[in-house]
Amino acid sequence: MDSVRYDGERRGRRVPIALKILVAGGFGAGKTTLVSALSEVRPLQTEEILTGAGIGTDDISGVETKSTTTVAMDFGRITINDDLQLYLFGTPGQDRFWFLWDELAFGALGAVVLADTRRLADCFPSIDYFEQRGIPFVVGVNCFDDSRRFSLEAVRRALDLDPDVPMVLCDARDRQSGKTVLISLVEHVARQRGEPVPTP
Amino acid sequence: MRTDLPEHRHEWLDDDAGPVVRPYTLTGGRVRPSADGFDLVAYVLAKPDPDLAAYPELHPEHRLLVELAGRGTPVVELAAGLDLAVGVVRVLLGDLLSRGLVAVHQPPRATYLPDNDILKAVVSGLRAL
Repeated sequence: MDSVRYDGERRGRRVPIALKILVAGGFGAGKTTLVSALSEVRPLQTEEILTGAGIGTDDISGVETKSTTTVAMDFGRITINDDLQLYLFGTPGQDRFWFLWDELAFGALGAVVLADTRRLADCFPSIDYFEQRGIPFVVGVNCFDDSRRFSLEAVRRALDLDPDVPMVLCDARDRQSGKTVLISLVEHVARQRGEPVPTP
Repeated sequence: MRTDLPEHRHEWLDDDAGPVVRPYTLTGGRVRPSADGFDLVAYVLAKPDPDLAAYPELHPEHRLLVELAGRGTPVVELAAGLDLAVGVVRVLLGDLLSRGLVAVHQPPRATYLPDNDILKAVVSGLRAL
């Protein structure tokens, strides 16, 4: 469906562009923390419902026997200006929610994969997901207080990352640090499009 | 029309109890909206001065959606505002769309951004935060 408009009636009511950015990573890697640190509003939560087979009918009979599970999604908002907003979505962690990732990733600008060096393997599925779909991503290495410090090069080797995928050390609790990660993602997207954003 | 958001909390049940009402009861069991394309960040804009009295079949939740969409609101914020699952909100929005009560503005797919200035604006906006 194309956008439906009331061009005659809108009379100057401008609709902003909203861009999606995904925040992925293993359980406990700091996804919700990063969304909270960056969002201008208290992060909101919404739910998506997983329904069993039989989807697509308008018949109420049978609904009562469908098993439903709800998956919570955290999201936050950053207003860039009157015409432009960023929406950050924390991805649900478990593998059985891949279909939700597909919805989140559709049309997304890109993704931040948070890596926890204590459990590096937990972010492999996220990296695979974005690599396979050609969705630009950066890796934010979340520096937990009790984690050993590794060099970014060592982490890059362990993750077997493409050389052009940016990696940033970050503290998911810190807004400035989170901003740096988002900026490196948008710069990465611009570079991939062949029109790099000039550095200040 | 109500201006406050519905309060779904029950004093004698906590979150672990799960939803008290089956999620799709509100939609009469319909799990698919009448129209596709309600992206999570699609902006929903209510028709100015809608005559809701002409639609007695609409639920209070439909009416709240029209109210919230008066200032143009993305689907995901509508769902959070009504404390309803996104899937349910999409069905309700489909009802409103088919009655001409709302318009939906799809976001551009990031791969087809209208121009690169958007990325420049995002970077400078983030730097200025």
